Amino acid sequence: MAHITYKQADGTATTVDVPVGCSVMRGAVDNGVDGILAECGGGAICATCHVYIDEASTAKLPPIDDLEDELLQVTASPRLPGSRLACQLPAMEGLVILVPEKQL
Amino acid sequence: MAGGRIVVVGGGQAGFQACSSLRDNGFDGDLSLVCEERTLPYERPPLSKDYLRGDIDLALRPESFYDGKGIDLIAGRVAGIDPRARTATLDSGRSLPYDRLILATGARARTLPVPGARLSNVFTLRTVGDAESLRKRLEAGTRVVVVGGGFIGLEVASLAQELGCDTTVVEVLPHAMARVVTPQTSDTLVEVHRSRGTRVLLGRRVAAFDGDHAGRVRQVALDNGTRLEADVVVLGVGVVPNVELAYKANLPTSDGFLVDQTLRTSDPAIYAIGDCARFPSRHASSLIRLESVQNAVDQAHHVARCITGQPEPYTAVPWFWSDQCGLKLQISGISLGHDQTVLKGDPAEGRFSVFCFRSGELVAVESVNRPADHIISRRLLAGTTELTPDDVAHPDFDLKKAPR
Ligand SMILES: Cc1cc2nc3c(=O)[nH]c(=O)nc-3n(C[C@H](O)[C@H](O)[C@H](O)COP(=O)(O)OP(=O)(O)OC[C@H]3O[C@@H](n4cnc5c(N)ncnc54)[C@H](O)[C@@H]3O)c2cc1C
Ligand code: FES
Repeated sequence: MAHITYKQADGTATTVDVPVGCSVMRGAVDNGVDGILAECGGGAICATCHVYIDEASTAKLPPIDDLEDELLQVTASPRLPGSRLACQLPAMEGLVILVPEKQL
Repeated sequence: MAGGRIVVVGGGQAGFQACSSLRDNGFDGDLSLVCEERTLPYERPPLSKDYLRGDIDLALRPESFYDGKGIDLIAGRVAGIDPRARTATLDSGRSLPYDRLILATGARARTLPVPGARLSNVFTLRTVGDAESLRKRLEAGTRVVVVGGGFIGLEVASLAQELGCDTTVVEVLPHAMARVVTPQTSDTLVEVHRSRGTRVLLGRRVAAFDGDHAGRVRQVALDNGTRLEADVVVLGVGVVPNVELAYKANLPTSDGFLVDQTLRTSDPAIYAIGDCARFPSRHASSLIRLESVQNAVDQAHHVARCITGQPEPYTAVPWFWSDQCGLKLQISGISLGHDQTVLKGDPAEGRFSVFCFRSGELVAVESVNRPADHIISRRLLAGTTELTPDDVAHPDFDLKKAPR
């Protein structure tokens, strides 16, 4: 299990246990964390699982591929340096995720 | 309505989402979800995709979710509804009183009215059980004939080919996916299937299936006399909506429960959503019934909002996706009745979008491996866009900068 903390735009935070091998998106959806819609169920085609990762964690994560990059250009909330698609991120111990204000 | 009793019939994508959204919108009365399939509500799209490669978790939510939200999952089938008494009766005889009833009964796979359609190893694909039986038979060297060149048929063909099966698709119309995509997109995808070794026979009708002494399918006979050897046949020839509950309850149907703009049937206490509902859409010129996750989810959200707040017309933009041969096809809007198309990108490179216009108005966009086009076009179609075919055809056109 990996502990992942999801912080909402209003400042509230939830920490949940996510099985290793699961995605950060799955971890949110299965635990009822708000704000990660994941309309396409992890297919990397909808960009409604957009999240912000703090800088310290970005180095540990897999790089952004072309498809993810294209989707990050059209997210509903602004793209920032820490922007990622949660369905493309493996659960890792201690990750802190900031959930954007809107996904649509 | 904040309290009271709501019964949701059918624990598929739409039924699950209706329950979840009702709670999110503050409904705190009794909420029951009647599930005929003996599983937690699950997603079907992977059944013709990744699930054919190996086990993956399909459940939409873990069991704890339903406990946590106070959603009573009832295993069983609703056998009848009595709109006067406002009760739904299960096949066990148990009767469930309701103040609001949501029909989310989905659809079942159609079979073919030709001789031999009941032979063993002739499969349809709707449930996790169907997918499991089919998966066991898909091995390298297996001769697979897919009947129907729609999304599900072509997805299965793509997977079967990848697993080393000798794969043939038979489609009665001159184009694959003809009801839902333009010839440009259809032709491009068919070419990709063919280049990977799948035979795609267009404009050919299946006349019969022939079996061996053990009742297993052996051959598929076509209308031109051709016989295809087959170890496995997969029928992807469409669905029939589950509307039998309407008959005794006197609810109007027409290939689906008929509902108004707010997704309500002729009985003000009964709604219908998802694959089983035919509704008036702002995005089509006639009543439509859609079979997609988007439609199930958005209609569920909508009904939850209507029940907990003010009834409003349902206007969500329809969208859909399909994975074939490593390509991601996405469709926004409804192209039916379009009279002009503009192609952007290069089909030969497997990255393009087709913009469809009806009387000069953008009505749909089909994208292959261009997900950003899909997302922006959905936003455009949600409003009123002034985008013209000439704008799109311009070499410097950039959808990201299009006015909304
Ligand atoms: C193989 C396959 C692949 C697909 N791929 C895609 C895709 O890539 N993208 C996409 O957008 N869509 C796809 N779809 C379509 C999508 O899955 C459906 O549109 C969606 O499941 C519809 O949800 P629903 O809740 O309306 O119906 P369903 O999911 O069919 O659920 C209805 C449920 O109600 C139950 N039920 C029926 N009658 C009763 C009764 N009287 N009492 C109790 N329960 C009852 C049924 O058993 C069923 O469990 C696919 C479908 C299939 C089969
Ligand atoms: S869930 Fe759709 S892109 Fe991540």
